[in-house]
Amino acid sequence: MSDRLLVGTKKGLFQLQRSHSDWSIAASHFLSDPISMLLADPRDGAIYAAEALGHFGVKLQRSRDGGESWQEIPAPAFPKSDADGPSVSYLFCLETAGADRPGWLWCGTIPGGLFLSKDHGESWTLNQGLWDLPERKQWMGGGFDHAGVASICVDPRNSAHITIGVSTGGVWRSDDDGASWRAASEGMHADYFPPPRNHAPEVQDIHRLVQCPAAPDSLWVQHHNGVFHSTDGARSWREVTTIRPAKFGFAAAVHPHDPDTAWFVPGVKDECRLPVDARLAVARTRDGARSFEVLTEGLPQQHAYDLVYRHALSVDTTGTRLAMGSTTGHLWITEDGGDAWTLAAGHMPPINCVRFG
Amino acid sequence: MPRVAFTANLQRHIDCPLQTAPGQSVRAVLDHVFAAQPRLRSYILDDQDRVRKHVAIYVNGERIADRERLSDSIDDDDELFVFQALSGG
Repeated sequence: MSDRLLVGTKKGLFQLQRSHSDWSIAASHFLSDPISMLLADPRDGAIYAAEALGHFGVKLQRSRDGGESWQEIPAPAFPKSDADGPSVSYLFCLETAGADRPGWLWCGTIPGGLFLSKDHGESWTLNQGLWDLPERKQWMGGGFDHAGVASICVDPRNSAHITIGVSTGGVWRSDDDGASWRAASEGMHADYFPPPRNHAPEVQDIHRLVQCPAAPDSLWVQHHNGVFHSTDGARSWREVTTIRPAKFGFAAAVHPHDPDTAWFVPGVKDECRLPVDARLAVARTRDGARSFEVLTEGLPQQHAYDLVYRHALSVDTTGTRLAMGSTTGHLWITEDGGDAWTLAAGHMPPINCVRFG
Repeated sequence: MPRVAFTANLQRHIDCPLQTAPGQSVRAVLDHVFAAQPRLRSYILDDQDRVRKHVAIYVNGERIADRERLSDSIDDDDELFVFQALSGG
């Protein structure tokens, strides 16, 4: 169980520490700078913080002493091409590349690139196989100017098996360490897109893709169009129709040991990105989406206009402790799998991401 | 030699004092600056070496015309100023 929580906000990085059952802000870093993504690497203890400096581009910071000091390291960048060539505008997700590969990291970006570092972030290489996919040219921006690789799942059984979620561009799977990719969105549909293209992989807006570490063939997706579940390693997806109080949302989390338990934070719908009836709620299934509980204890139940972004819901390695941060700067933590939530901080900048470790 | 000045808002992130650097174009002058401070390049230029969208470069009070190749000419007594476009939030 982790007693440290990293919170990336529009105006800085905050470290929260648990002491005597209470959480409090223990440190802040990069105040006033937008933090787009965080990673606490369990393999070597390093912390990575991705910045999205409005004027001066994306930056990547690394700490090897628990946040006491930071070093700027190279951020992923596209190879030089031509005057119209791409440039990374956002570091969207950052993941370890497998327990058997210390120092290897994957980074997903906007525009939709996937980069690999084999040296703790000292250098990065664009995954050319994904970038050169003909279908990639059909990807679209989802809330940003360009499509982004928003989720990366590395199979704990085999680090060469990688599944990514693209917003907007579907789910893609590689079984050869990223050398080749195949669409893995079978069963998904996008009602916001006109038929017959609404089933096409490239129009699926994957807000968040998560994989159960203990049962990696079980994956969950919070899609722009609703929630989808796969039990066969993303070969096929089934739409989840039981979620309450709404199917729209951004965030998703899956229990690290129980593939049938997952959490989502519903909003009304895409045209109204607010809690249903202004009551903030977490939707939890514990039976593989046959049913959902609507969890509200400790969460504001009137005039709550909090939205939880895709990386702002996180579960720790036990599956009982979760953190959730909102666009209005509220941070909640639960110690019992979501039955009850406690406000840990209430006046933070808008929260982009939360991560234990 | 041309003088090169950077906005104080950039100094917060990276050391970039007022300096002189040789060159007859904006690109040539900045390449000399980046040779001494490589990390500074990505703050001013994007992945394709274009001026970042929200960065402005002026020469003697005039905005440069070529933000892609930075081919605007520079004289020895010119001053090049790098700063950020204003934004809210």
